[in-house]
Amino acid sequence: MRLLEHQAKALLGGFGVSFTETSLAKSPETAADIAAKIGGAVVLKAQVPFGGRGKAGAVRFADSPMDAERVARDILGMTIKGEVVDCVSIETKVSYKAEYYLGIAWDTSAKLPVALLSDGGGIEVEHAVRMVRRTFSPWTGLDAFIGREMAVELGIEGRLLSGLGQNLARLSVAFLSCDALTMEINPLVERSDGTLIGLDAHVEIDDDSVTRQTTRLKVLGDISSSSVGGRPPTVLELEAQRIDAMDHRGVAGRVVEFDGDLGLLIGGGGASLTVFDAIRRHKGSPANYCEVGGNPTEEKVAALTALLLSKPRVRNLAVIMNVVNNTRADVMARGVIEGARRAGRVPSEAISVFRIPGSWEQEAKELLAVEGIEALGREVSLDEAARRAVERSTHRVA
Amino acid sequence: MRLKGAPTVLLNPDDRILVQGITGREATGMVEDALAYGSRVVAGVTPGKGGQTVLGVPVYNTVKEAVETSGARVSVVSVPAHAVLDAAVEGFSHGIQLCLIMSERVPRLDTAKLLFEARRTGCTVIGPNTLGLIRPGVAKLGTIGGRVDNVKRSFTPGRVAVLSRSGGMTTEIASFLTSRGIGQSVAIGVGGDAIVGSTFTDLIKELEHDTETEAVVVYGEPGGTAEESLAEYLRSNPTRLRINAFLSGRFVDEMQGVRFGHAAVIVEGDRGSVRGKTKALRDVGVFVADRFDDILEGLPS
Repeated sequence: MRLLEHQAKALLGGFGVSFTETSLAKSPETAADIAAKIGGAVVLKAQVPFGGRGKAGAVRFADSPMDAERVARDILGMTIKGEVVDCVSIETKVSYKAEYYLGIAWDTSAKLPVALLSDGGGIEVEHAVRMVRRTFSPWTGLDAFIGREMAVELGIEGRLLSGLGQNLARLSVAFLSCDALTMEINPLVERSDGTLIGLDAHVEIDDDSVTRQTTRLKVLGDISSSSVGGRPPTVLELEAQRIDAMDHRGVAGRVVEFDGDLGLLIGGGGASLTVFDAIRRHKGSPANYCEVGGNPTEEKVAALTALLLSKPRVRNLAVIMNVVNNTRADVMARGVIEGARRAGRVPSEAISVFRIPGSWEQEAKELLAVEGIEALGREVSLDEAARRAVERSTHRVA
Repeated sequence: MRLKGAPTVLLNPDDRILVQGITGREATGMVEDALAYGSRVVAGVTPGKGGQTVLGVPVYNTVKEAVETSGARVSVVSVPAHAVLDAAVEGFSHGIQLCLIMSERVPRLDTAKLLFEARRTGCTVIGPNTLGLIRPGVAKLGTIGGRVDNVKRSFTPGRVAVLSRSGGMTTEIASFLTSRGIGQSVAIGVGGDAIVGSTFTDLIKELEHDTETEAVVVYGEPGGTAEESLAEYLRSNPTRLRINAFLSGRFVDEMQGVRFGHAAVIVEGDRGSVRGKTKALRDVGVFVADRFDDILEGLPS
């Protein structure tokens, strides 16, 4: 879960990191009022939960309240990566003599949090030439002296060393305290008087830790749960989410909708990826991606089956899973038969392929035989099952 | 400190196994299948339920008692996500040397903390978020393979190790190998999370010394850097093992930023892309199968 910039700053502010004072406006008029109060040049930034705002033209300067109003009107009307900008931040424009990038992330090879310091802050930080990194204990955080050592490695001298060390140490404490996946101050700038101040922040919180972070996150206001994917979720995707959420047992959802005519009920996670690749290689045209696994209930499977078959273009559904471990093939069989009926279809026509070998496969086979559906066994590979699914979607099954 | 003769992922028939969270629904089913397959599950722990038994296995309140009584050095953790850190460290503190964590959705910070402790105590960790591991014909940890009839159909003893980021695909690959007459020395679901206790690289290092293993099938996915790290390692550490890889989710490269279920599967830029992983592995001589069925290439039967 990614926080908006102003939320990230408020969160890190609580751990002693200084930022420029940020105000928010939802209308150009409010933006003008705020700019007048601040006085002088200001910077306006779209509050959207992803990067690349600068390149999208959503970070702009203004010299006067009138100018701020005009710029705010531009930004508030924008759509970036499918998201309509409804809030803009305004803060004073800071002049500075040097900028730095401070970040904490996870080093998945070392299995430790890692602190990053670069003397090339700003939006092109991925291409920074000089970046110093140090892993640290997930129990205690990064000591300020390590932060100073990192700064020395970059050739930094003078009173800046203490400031950078302190900011890195505070950022590491914030990172561990908030269950973050990423935390960045970018840039942290050195003003002409030698003080350090953050101009922008980026925070992403671990979705698996949100329940124990509720108190901390609640005070930040609404956390946008924007769809990552360049477009808002479709009606069908939202309905699939609802079906998946109706029972905590197993997964039967995680649907991404496409324009094709080949309905897919596939799983588990890895096999879904494998089958989708194979469908595309065999020139199939998928109506959706999905993920089923972890032994979902018959009701969830039935509801999802009916939903996927409700698309008028979808003539039939391919049901393909890896050799199942804890998912029961017979429960899956019952679910898809019931789902086909609910969609007003004859199961043997609606289910083009059923390939779920593994636990309870014999029981599944018998249930399907009654409906006139052939259960494919493990001797039919995922790839071959995908090929047959494509064949049967483009050639009407008699 | 890792003890001499401590259990490894290459399970022995006499490895004594403890199940933490044994009274849970999933754990109980897992114990039933594991016992039927021949795993020596000798004790369980659920705080507050000491004195009970699960399928004849005695339940203790603490790992301390369970280990003192049973001598278990292997543990399977199947407790709610928020309780994993405490349970795992409890195990390490009392001599567990191989710990498999099945629980899903463990906070990443907790995983990092427990792995920090595991390194200190010399414990090998598999997972979190794994279905388990199996030494075909010997023993299994976790729900891998499911019911015993399916386990026996899917896995057969042999000389190929299977390492997979997906639990389901571990069984699928083993079953496919079995159907073509190729047995497995060990099959391990390494876990689906971004940070796991034993990476492909960690396990390849271990398998290098296993005389029974001649080849390895690696199943990878978009996201994370497990495959890139393995390539990096192999560049400077030539291996005697034949390594075949299969990477799913090629389509994800073309649909950047879209989340496709599996938590780790999100690609931004070239980082974590299947294209990048494939190239990295091929550059160091790993065979990367274009189609799933091609993973058989050059494997010893």
